[in-house]
Amino acid sequence: MATVSFKLNGKSVELDVDEARTLLWVLRTDLALTGVKYGCGEGLCGACTVLVNGEAVLSCQTSIQDIRGTEVVTIEGLAQDGDLHPVQQAFIHRDALQCGFCTPGMILKACSVLSENSQPTQDEIIAAMDDNLCRCGSHVRIVEAVQAAARLMKGGKRG
Amino acid sequence: MKDPDHLASPPPYPASSSQMTRREFFKRMGLLGGGIVVYMSVGDPSSWAEQPTDFNAFLRVGADGRIACFTGKIEMGQGIITSLAQMLADELFVPLASVDMVMGDTLVCPYDRGTFGSLTTKYFGATLRQAAAEARAVLIQMAAEKLNAPPDQLNVHDGQVIDSLNTNQRVTYAELTEGKIVERRLKQSVSPLPAYRHTISGKATRRTDAGQKVTGEARFTGDIRLPGMLYAKILRPPAHGATLRSINLERAEKVKGVKIIRDGDLIATLHKYPDEAQKALENIDVEWEEPELKVDNRNIFDHLVHSAPPAEIITQSGSMEAGLNLAAHTFESVYLNHYVAHAPMEPHTAVVQIEDQKATVWASTQTPFRAQQEVARTLGFEPRQVHVMTPFVGGGFGGKTRNQQVIEAARLARLSRKPVQVAWTRKEEFFYDAFRPAAVIKVRSGLDRDFRMVYWDYDNYFAGSRSSKPFYDIPHRRVSARGGWMGDGSQAHPFPVGAWRGPGSNTNVFAMESQIDVMAAAAHADPLTFRLSHLKDKRMRNVLNAAAEKFGHRFAAAPSRRGLGIACTDYQGTYVATMAQVKVDESSGAVRVQRVVCAQDTGEVINPEGVRLQIEGCVTMGMGYVLREEIRFRGGKILDENFDTYELPRFSWLPKIETVLVDNSDIPPQGCGEPAITPMGAVIANAVYDAVGVRVYELPMTPARIKRAILKHS
Repeated sequence: MATVSFKLNGKSVELDVDEARTLLWVLRTDLALTGVKYGCGEGLCGACTVLVNGEAVLSCQTSIQDIRGTEVVTIEGLAQDGDLHPVQQAFIHRDALQCGFCTPGMILKACSVLSENSQPTQDEIIAAMDDNLCRCGSHVRIVEAVQAAARLMKGGKRG
Repeated sequence: MKDPDHLASPPPYPASSSQMTRREFFKRMGLLGGGIVVYMSVGDPSSWAEQPTDFNAFLRVGADGRIACFTGKIEMGQGIITSLAQMLADELFVPLASVDMVMGDTLVCPYDRGTFGSLTTKYFGATLRQAAAEARAVLIQMAAEKLNAPPDQLNVHDGQVIDSLNTNQRVTYAELTEGKIVERRLKQSVSPLPAYRHTISGKATRRTDAGQKVTGEARFTGDIRLPGMLYAKILRPPAHGATLRSINLERAEKVKGVKIIRDGDLIATLHKYPDEAQKALENIDVEWEEPELKVDNRNIFDHLVHSAPPAEIITQSGSMEAGLNLAAHTFESVYLNHYVAHAPMEPHTAVVQIEDQKATVWASTQTPFRAQQEVARTLGFEPRQVHVMTPFVGGGFGGKTRNQQVIEAARLARLSRKPVQVAWTRKEEFFYDAFRPAAVIKVRSGLDRDFRMVYWDYDNYFAGSRSSKPFYDIPHRRVSARGGWMGDGSQAHPFPVGAWRGPGSNTNVFAMESQIDVMAAAAHADPLTFRLSHLKDKRMRNVLNAAAEKFGHRFAAAPSRRGLGIACTDYQGTYVATMAQVKVDESSGAVRVQRVVCAQDTGEVINPEGVRLQIEGCVTMGMGYVLREEIRFRGGKILDENFDTYELPRFSWLPKIETVLVDNSDIPPQGCGEPAITPMGAVIANAVYDAVGVRVYELPMTPARIKRAILKHS
């Protein structure tokens, strides 16, 4: 057991945990943030994606000790003061989801893509999102939503 | 056939045991705070005969004016949470936003066999509209008394009943119900509104669950947290049919806080953290006795043909002998498809809490009422002692009908005396999936001297017979089937198989529509004209023409080297025509699907955006089983355990997808969750043939298989 502190959705968190445990299960059980999903447990599907220091990270492949001192954002922390993030807005606007299980991971991955490249081409979005799986087949709309979010964010709202 | 080919369903359970008495029903409604209760006089579609005929479904007009819709159906992504609400809102003249959907809750929802087979809109939706029409009539009747005006002078608008001669005279639904339970029976039957009066149905409407799903608020079963809840991990055999030889729990017991349960075949580690439970499970030292391996994914087709039960005739007309005599050209083909996994992103999950003589269950299931029965049987309870709730389901596709994980959680909750969550790992999900069956189709068909189809002899092994009746004019025809999509009781499959999105049809449409193209090519006819010249069905002709118009290419006799393909089908009342353009890399055998156009006539369209979303989903998911997805196994051992070897469609596969909704509001709404996935095999196989002049008869058409076919051909 060790003490691990980091920032989670804007707030400081200090935990006494077994350092070898993964970020995924600490978030889902100890911290009750269930928006992050288990889909494969081996870093093959992207359902467990969260942002660590603004970058998309597979939480099922990340041990809790590796996030010491970092800033973690989960889907629950993406909206600010009740305002949805442009990517969230675009997913709603484009109906870019079906069952919704891959959605938190898709959205956070898209945020990370857009923070690196604010105006990606369609091909760049596809390449960047390729490891996030969706079984319902909402891919076409997810790509459109990311493009739409990029346009929304160009207006300078957030990014 | 024993296999209930008319419904993609698990074996039926006796409906009677889950019917509520009237008194019980009112007690429950009392719990909910009252309102107007409307009994639905259920239309009784013949295929729905085992539904209870009383309150099959119902709604409640609450004291606050909000409308609750209770349905035993569940939301797994297909979008009925929106489209059913649209249907109800239309009929009651209320805004869509005032409808609350209560889904898959066995305590408050009417019995339902399950959510599968693209049946919700077609059957439940019709029932719901009827109920809402009756509710409207009741509200008008009550308003007439209150306003002292004749009912035919009253209009309904925006949740109010208004006197048309004096519009100041009005009363809201909320004022009428006042929180009371009002049971009324209508003396005269009323009809739902005709399609042209719908203002909410037919309008593109965004998913009403999107807000919850983009913020992480949406609860799936694995997100349920209860005080004292333990996460259970269960010891699994390495292969179906394996038996335990020896076990040592010593190392597992050393994991701090773990509780180990052993009850016959059920051995599980329980912990307040799921990852710790998993760690303990991995520390169990165990040896298994594995059965001898005989069948695998290479020899499975011979095995299936040899183990098939006798054929049953699905349809027959004309004379096989006469047809053969007329046939100047005959064509014999064998079509194959491998086992395919459902692989929903959310693995099977259940939470069970047992208190006193009551079990509360949360389950990721397409069949909550079946789960209720199963948990009751497992615990020795009456079904009414079991309350199943269905949170959002993270994809089902026919794979979440069996509830094995629910039974496991129920057993462990009883044994541990704690609330228990069972959430399968991806490996368990692959291991216990009831796969889409591997299947073999043998077709012999014939053209006469004028290149008209005259003969069709179709023998189906284990696909299931749905969509196997030819819709073309072929005078002499016979379709037979052996085994259904659930194996039909034969022990042919080494593991469970079951319904998979569009059960039977994916295989049958692949075989039929490929064979049609084989004949069109032999007739030197373009595949569109060839089809149209053998089709009388107007709806089929319409979708073909609509797709062709959007597609824009002129078909020519294949192979035209342009990579254009076509396939069509009628799926349970929905008509689909799909056209695709592909590029084949002849050196690697890889297929790139560039563009797919899908035209669909699904009767009256409730939510055009929802229908398009389903079609796009079908096209995308369909590319998986057509190009890559195949379960590899040796005996009872499933070799694919995760998405590294079992490849799902990805963003980089995406074609341009265009959808055409053929307007047909003369026909009531039909299902649309499955139809468009079924032509995907044939449309791509036909496009590949058009591209390279080589036909592939086996799904998935992996690069290796296509390359082999090209080499064999040259």
